[in-house]
Amino acid sequence: MPKERFEDALNKLEKIVSKLEEGDIPLEESLKLFEEGIRLSQFCNQKLDEAEKKVEILLKGKNRMLKPHPFDPSTSSEQTSMGKLEEEEEKV
Amino acid sequence: MELPFRYILTVSELTQEIKDILEEKFPDIWVEGEVSNLKVPPSGHIYFTLKDDFCQIRAVLFKMQARALRFVPKDGLQVICQGRVGLYEKRGEYQLILETIEPKGIGALQLAFLQLKERLEKEGLFDPTHKKPIPMIPQKIGIITSPTGAVIQDMLHILERRFENLHILLYPVRVQGEGASSEIAEGIKYLNQLTDVDVIIIGRGGGSLEDLWAFNEEGVARAIFHSKIPIISAVGHETDYTIADFVADLRAPTPSAAAELAVRDKREVSNILSYLRGRLENQMIQMLQGYRTDLSYIRKIFKEPGKKIEQYFLRVDDLVNRLRVLTSWIFKKGGEKGLRLNEGLLLRNPMQRVKNIRLFIREANRRLEQNLRYSIEIQRQRVGGQLGKLNSLSPLSILQRGYSITVKLPSAQVLRDAAYVKEGDKVEVRLYRGNLFCRVEKTEGP
Repeated sequence: MPKERFEDALNKLEKIVSKLEEGDIPLEESLKLFEEGIRLSQFCNQKLDEAEKKVEILLKGKNRMLKPHPFDPSTSSEQTSMGKLEEEEEKV
Repeated sequence: MELPFRYILTVSELTQEIKDILEEKFPDIWVEGEVSNLKVPPSGHIYFTLKDDFCQIRAVLFKMQARALRFVPKDGLQVICQGRVGLYEKRGEYQLILETIEPKGIGALQLAFLQLKERLEKEGLFDPTHKKPIPMIPQKIGIITSPTGAVIQDMLHILERRFENLHILLYPVRVQGEGASSEIAEGIKYLNQLTDVDVIIIGRGGGSLEDLWAFNEEGVARAIFHSKIPIISAVGHETDYTIADFVADLRAPTPSAAAELAVRDKREVSNILSYLRGRLENQMIQMLQGYRTDLSYIRKIFKEPGKKIEQYFLRVDDLVNRLRVLTSWIFKKGGEKGLRLNEGLLLRNPMQRVKNIRLFIREANRRLEQNLRYSIEIQRQRVGGQLGKLNSLSPLSILQRGYSITVKLPSAQVLRDAAYVKEGDKVEVRLYRGNLFCRVEKTEGP
């Protein structure tokens, strides 16, 4: 199943709201639209809060494979090259 | 006979001497002219003739040096060459053995840039149909740039300010110098292997054309083109354009701008969402309340509460309940959001549909009353008419007009003919008010 995209969900929600506001929809159908609208707004909210704050840098480990490590840009000026980063990684 | 002294040289000796003279005289020179008759055999060395209006000289740029050239020399190009004069003994030919060639009038990098741009454009790498949309809310952003320096710090700062809970994955690369372009291309390929990166930013800060060169390399251009993940390129300052910018799905004028283009401001998006959700809810609540009001109104009109109307009431109540359940379900996550939404609800006007229904009912009612009044009026007028008729038929009303009734006494027979009485008979005359008792003095026929 293709991943539902945030912007698509938001567009759908917009359409549902204006359709409801236009009126002339039977009650039962209105309720169905409403439920779908609630689901979409729930989904969008979830997407907004879903990701976890994380800043990582990819570094080469002992086996030369890249692995993510926490990255702090304020200390990065000491790490002047990939070589240096690798050395530090070796020590860890 | 004394033969004059003759110093006889071999061809080799002469050639060697010419070679020595030439090579000593022209060990390092700059020559300008036009490239013609250019050939690149499989060996990879570049052979051409350098000429001006009057003369020409053969020239060669060996493969080692040719590899360092960033542009492609072509016939007709005006160039400045650096090299020495060499002599190829086997053929007795002298030629320029070049170290490097520069296009005349335009920098070599500039020309290389233009040549690559033209070639890739023809190939369709810049075609807008290949551009992928940048997602509105990326879950994970890959950044390919130098881990040191202000650029990455600025980007991280902006990203965090706009969207505090982002996952950012930095792929560290050198952004200039030998090997930088292949590191960047590697990075793009690597991040494409991960399944959860939604957008990639590649970039670096400002610098000379030479500094930015990695982003003008074909390898980087092709890596960008083949990336399945949308790429924002952000190289140098606003005025710097690189090949990467043309191929990328989106060009940002600066790295900071790239950070802003990569994510929408979370509060902004959140507000849009709340607003839409508020409208959605408000609409539904208003609609159901409208139905409810309408029904109770109808119930008032029809004094006998029919079973059907009661059923409608139950149904509306059921819908309102379901709405409440749904509403509390949305907001059990955060009371604060619910509060904000409720404020929104209070601030917003009732929706048009409910207004319309109410207006319609009000109008209908007004017309109903009007009709009723009208029909009563008609009835009243009809009744009034009948009363009038009735009145006009009443003998009293005739008397009112001055007529009178005469009856014979004592029989009280109403007299319509003078012949019924004779002189001396007693009669009673009934007037509108009061009676006269009279004696007949004389009778006359009609």
